[in-house]
Order: sequence, then C-alpha cells, then structure tokens
Amino acid sequence: MEKQIALQLKNICKYFPGKVIANKNVNLTLYKGEILSLLGENGSGKTTLMNMISGIYFPDEGQIFINGEEAVIRSPKDAYKYKIGMIHQHFKLVDVFTAAENIVLGVKGERYKLKEVNTRVREIAERYGFDIDPKKRIHEMSVSEKQTVEIIKVLYRGADILILDEPTAVLTPQEIEKLFAVLRKMREAGKSIIIITHKLNEVMEISDRVSILRKGEYIGTVETAKTNPKELTEMMVGKKTDLKIERVKTDFDKPLLEIRNLCVNSDEGSLAIDDASFYIRGGEILGIAGIAGCGQKELCEAIAGLRPIKSGLIMHKGENIIGLPPKKIIEKGVSMSFIPEDRLGMGLAPSFSITDNMMLKTYAEGKGPFVDRKSARERANALIKKLEIITPSSETPVRRLSGGNVQKVLVGREIEAGPNVIITAYPVRGLDINTSYVIYDILNEQKKKGTGILFIGEDLDVMLALCDKIMVICHGRIMGIVHAEKTTKEDLGLMMTGALNLTEEKKDKNYGIAKDSNLTEEEWKIEGEKQAEKEKTNG
Amino acid sequence: MDIFTAYFTGAVGYSAILLFGSTGEILTEKAGHLNLGIPGIMCFGALGGCFGVSLIGNVPVVSMLMAILFAFLFAGALGLLYSLFTVSLRCNQNITGLIITTFGVGCTNFFINKISSVSFAKVAKQFTQLFPSYKDLGVFGELFLSYGFMVYFAIIIAVFVAVFMKRTRAGLQLRAVGENPATADAAGINVGLYKYLATFIGSGIAGLGGVYYVFTYLNGAWEYKIDALGWLSIALVIFSVWKPNLAILGSFMFGLLYNAKAYIPGISAPMKEAFGIAPYLVTIIVLIITSIAGSKNVQPPASLGLNYFREDR
Repeated sequence: MEKQIALQLKNICKYFPGKVIANKNVNLTLYKGEILSLLGENGSGKTTLMNMISGIYFPDEGQIFINGEEAVIRSPKDAYKYKIGMIHQHFKLVDVFTAAENIVLGVKGERYKLKEVNTRVREIAERYGFDIDPKKRIHEMSVSEKQTVEIIKVLYRGADILILDEPTAVLTPQEIEKLFAVLRKMREAGKSIIIITHKLNEVMEISDRVSILRKGEYIGTVETAKTNPKELTEMMVGKKTDLKIERVKTDFDKPLLEIRNLCVNSDEGSLAIDDASFYIRGGEILGIAGIAGCGQKELCEAIAGLRPIKSGLIMHKGENIIGLPPKKIIEKGVSMSFIPEDRLGMGLAPSFSITDNMMLKTYAEGKGPFVDRKSARERANALIKKLEIITPSSETPVRRLSGGNVQKVLVGREIEAGPNVIITAYPVRGLDINTSYVIYDILNEQKKKGTGILFIGEDLDVMLALCDKIMVICHGRIMGIVHAEKTTKEDLGLMMTGALNLTEEKKDKNYGIAKDSNLTEEEWKIEGEKQAEKEKTNG
Repeated sequence: MDIFTAYFTGAVGYSAILLFGSTGEILTEKAGHLNLGIPGIMCFGALGGCFGVSLIGNVPVVSMLMAILFAFLFAGALGLLYSLFTVSLRCNQNITGLIITTFGVGCTNFFINKISSVSFAKVAKQFTQLFPSYKDLGVFGELFLSYGFMVYFAIIIAVFVAVFMKRTRAGLQLRAVGENPATADAAGINVGLYKYLATFIGSGIAGLGGVYYVFTYLNGAWEYKIDALGWLSIALVIFSVWKPNLAILGSFMFGLLYNAKAYIPGISAPMKEAFGIAPYLVTIIVLIITSIAGSKNVQPPASLGLNYFREDR
C-alpha cells in the first residue's frame, strides 16, 4: 500500500542571533496515519524545528510541503490553516480561563457561544477517550488535565498533524499509558503525529518510525520495529554511551540530616508534607520519587529554610536548623540546587552572566564593599571547562544558554561550594544522556567525599541505578523508604500512586528513624518540646 | 436642593471624569499594557475637544459632536504613540507612560491658551443638560436625571466594555492577550493588533474624560488639575479589580470621598486637603486585601506591564 505523505521538510535551516545554528539542512517526512518520534539530545534543535512547522519561528532557508504542496507558515494562524497543531512543552494556556474558553480561543467563523463549545469539547473527549470538565479553570487543574486541554484545543480546530513536545515529561506512568492510548486512537482516525521525547522506551513503545537530530542536523530515520534502543542512542549522541550508571560503594557515616514528624504547608495552605520522618547519612544518595506536585518541592524548600514549617524537627548533625535564615543553613553546608520546570525560575538570575551567578552564593566573601569578580570569573571558566558548558564566554547572560547548559551552571555552582548535604531536584530534567552522566558522576564524586545527597528525580530507572535508598512520596505522605537494590520499579510505581504504603505496614518499627541517631531519644524529646514552645510563641 | 442631593449629584458629576479614564485604562490594561500616560492623554483629550469646538464655534449639537470626535482622536493619537513605543519598539511601559503624561500635560498647557475660547461657555450649555424638565420629577429627577449626557455616556461605555470583555469572542481574545500573549499568539490571535486597538480605543475613551471635565464639569473653563484626576483614574482601575462595571460604583465612591470635605462642618483647611487623599488610601487598602485574598479572579492581567516579543527566548 502506498503511504500518503502528510508533511515534508526539505533543507530547513534556522539561525539564531550570535552565530547559533539551531537547524541545518533538515529533511523530514511524515506519512498520514503514523506516529513519528523525533529524537535528539538537548539543544539538537527539535523544538526549534517543530516551532517552524507551527509558525512560531520562520525558517531562514528551505521549504515545507503539506500534502504535496509548498506551504508558507508565517504564523500559528497559518499553521492552523494547514491543519497543523502543536502541543508545547510549556503549556500555552490562560490560567484564569476555563478549559472551554482556552479551547475556543482564536477559533474564528462560528458563533461565539460557550455552551455549544462545551458540548463539542465533550464530544471530542468521548471520541478519543479523554477525561475533561470544560468548565474547570486551568489554575485548578493538574498537569495532565492541562495537557488534555492542549490536545483537545488542537483537535477542536480540526488538526490533522499533531506535534507533541515532550508530552510525557510531566506525567505519571499511568497517565502516560492513557496518553498513548489516546494517541493510538488518533492514529487509527488517520491523524499524523510527531512526538518529541527523551525516553527511549517510550519511543520504542509508541512510534512507527524515529527521526534523529544531532546538533541541529538531520541524522536519519529508522523504522521502530527494525531498530533497538542502543542503535538509537548511537545515532543520537554520535558515539557509544555506557547505559549503566555506577553506584559507588561507600562506608556510610552517621546521619547528617535527620527529619522527624515534619509537616509543611503548601502555598494554598493545604498540607503539602504530612508527618514525614527520614534521614540522610554521609556518603549516601537518598532518592525521592513521586509524581510532580506530591510535595517534594515543599520538602526541599523547608529543609533549605525557604519555607516555614508547620511542625516537626529538622536536625543537621544534631542541631536544629528550623527557623534559621537560608544563609545560615548554607553556611552549615546544606546546599540546594533546585531545577524547576522553567529552569531559570530558581537559583539563577537569567540576565546575569555565569560569573555573576557564581557570585550569588559567594558575594559576602570579598573584603570591603567590592565584590571579587576575578576569582568568580576563574571559577566560572573552570566550571565551563569541566562540565563542557556551551557558551560564547563566561560573561554571557545565562538566559541566552540552552536549557541543559543552564542546568550545568546551577548544579556546578552548588557543588563547587563544597557542601556536606546536597539537595538536588531534577538535576537532569530535560538533559541529554551525555550531560546527565556528567551530572551523575559529579554526584557520585561528592558521595565519595562523604556528602549526603537528597536526589529528587523523575526517571525511576536512573534512581534505581544511582540511589542507595529511595523514598516515595504520595500526596505529601511517605509511602516507604526502600533499598534501591532490593526494590522493583513496579513497587515504586505502586507507592507513587498510593496503592502500596510501607509506612503504614511497618508502623510500629519506628519507620524512618535512624538507630544510630546523633541524639538520644531523651534529647529528641527535649528538642521537640523546645520547638513546640517556639511554634506556640510564634502563634 | 438639600445637602444630601447636592452631595450626591456633586459626587456623580465628579465620578464621570474618573469613569472615562478608568474604563479606558481597563481596556488598555486588559491587553497587558500599563498605560501611565493616562493623565497626559486625558489632558490631550481636553485639548482636542477645545480645538474641535474652536474650529466651528457654537453650532447646536454639531460643536458638541466635534468636541467629542476631536477629543477621541487627539487622545487616541497619543495612545498610538504609546503603542508605537511599547508594542512595536518594546520600550519599558512605565517609562513610556510617564513620558506620555509629561508630554500630554505640557503640550496641553502650552496650546490651550492659544485656542480661542469665546464660544466655550455657550457650547458647554449643550453638554450640561440632557433632560431640561428633570425638576418636575422631584428628588428622583434631581438625583438621576439632572446631569449632562456625557455622564450617562460614561456609564454606557463602562457597561458596554464590561459586556464586550465577558461575552464576545473579541473580548475573550483581548483578555487572553493580556493574560498570556504567547498563548494568544499560538492560538492565531494578532497580538500586536489587539494591543494597538485596545490602547487606541482605551486612550480615546480616557480622552473623553478631558472633554467632560472642560465642558461639563467646569462649564467651559480650563483648569490645570486634570492630570491629578488621571492618576486617580489609574488608582480606580486597581480599586475596581479590572472590572468596568465595578468602576461605575468605584468612581461614585471616589466622588463621595473626594467631595466629603465640603460637607463636613468645622474642619480646618489643611484637614480638607487631607481628605483629598482618601481615594488613594482606599485604593491601597483594596490592593492589600486583594493581594492577601490571592483569588485569581481579582488579580491584574498576568502579563500586565510585560512587553511581548515572539522570538524572545
């Protein structure tokens, strides 16, 4: 059977200011009724390429053909005309609008009546198997609900070509299954789908063919059935990468950080962390697994002193650190590198150069009122070299760097300060495999030095390989703390969704409390009373 | 006329100036542009109105329409200048707005005396009464029918803008532009066009406040005071949490607060001046309350004050 071509790209090139080549001579073919995976390292130009198809950028050279005819896509409006719809990695939704208002936004022609829109949205949801309430406002929705709105938005406009930019990055395993089921239904209905993802197992599972980009250039396209993850990785990175992450063996020290009965509120005032007790030893990596929004963020912020706690104790080497300002906590050697969804939101100042960002943590060290830029620049340059950060110079604003490079700067700076506890959240989020390994190596190096590491991750495979122990949180409650060597991915998944609760099962075994604590039980009691006293006086 | 009626009608007369300014500013802010040029734009509207009248003299109805048309165009033109700077050239909105204010106020003060004002007092008569027989209706007539037509016009425009934003597709798209221009852009909405139009029409509406001020409130005289009212209009936007229908009530309340000094017996002159700041105090309190409440429904448009550039990374 002859397959019809839905979309064809010929010799597409795009350059950004500052001699950055985003795409160079990219050729791509998408057939009708197929799912094509677009694979590539960070900064390989996948998103830029897709943005050109959906009209956000305009190619500097090359042609786009849709259904055999040359198409000029100058704006997202043009893209809709050609029935192309893109679901962006960062959702393009208006927070204060309802689902239906967001879906109908920009649709022309028909009469504007929200009731009719609601009905049509429900129809589409039913046809492809979505779950959605058209009247719910976006800011009340979970990430996967928002994604559903995005997809329906595109379908509502009658798109035949759908582009999904890393749709699974923010979803739980169960939600991913659901999404894939929906995608398969769309494929059956004759839609053509391009999906960008970093996860090879997903590529293998969902796609018919895989196209690979490397450093902005088109490498090739292979049929999924005729390839394997190893081959794909080779095409993607250009050289063999060892897929095994090393778990360094160390002699565990005494507990560095001990946390008991910690309760923390979320921004909305609900309980984000509910009665958590755990500890980290020196020379240990404790992984924290959980669905996005399960309370990891609040936990990190509470430990780093950025968020007031409700009750409980946080002991660093036997000293209560609750209520201390963040600077004091940093001085004690507790370091936090938090990589939020937008990468630039926390920890780095986007308009500052790498040098200036290095100084954000060491500004107080120089003598007199002047900051010491020279040593900061030396450290920045050393970091650039060590982590292979791609930047024109150490004086380039970090917002001009690609996401992966921004992350390297952030993690690098935190580790440079020589902390004894590192809290790191999603340090490899969105990073390519090579860079991820650089980060894992850095963490292992720190572990060897006796540093305690709290690793909040999203890829369970990585956590199973890297961490010594894994703590699973579901809706603010600790579901269990397990040895990575002895547990299975399935168990972790069950705990993440709350189906398995080891804390509850082993309730009377003092779960999450170190036997060789820095304090005696007597002392814990006294500290607890002191803290309770403090909470009372603070109201 | 008893004291209450005088107080009430005085407040209404005052409130219409603010209502024009606020409705215009809300329209602009809903497109994500904080136009601090409103005081200057209202001045410019007054200048335009005077210019329009001076072209034709006192002709029944026509000179009134000329005043309104030219006020809208003059103010709108200044709004377009603001858009040129902030939308196309992506200058800082606050600085541009302040420049527009300085420019508008200065220009108006310079040119207003060069315009022949002989017919102004006569033309003002066209503005000041819509229902000449209101006195027959007693207190009701005094309270609700004694105003010039522009008072009713201000309310109609505010209601119209409220309905437009809530019920129409264009209104939805305008709000989307102000909340999240990247989203609106991706949805195929011409972000720049909406920003230009919202600023132009918003400024035009604010400019009508200037005409009203000269030809209704001051009966054809000119007084250098209108830019203070412009700032108050911007405060009223916050007070009415970006809802033109609430601005109707808000402007009336501001009018009551502002005029209170004349009706409170036995207060000293400095105290009277101090009463002038009451609207600002109330605005600050409202701002604090809405910030603490944190409800998404009373927050400013999410991208207010931020310029949009599609290819910005």
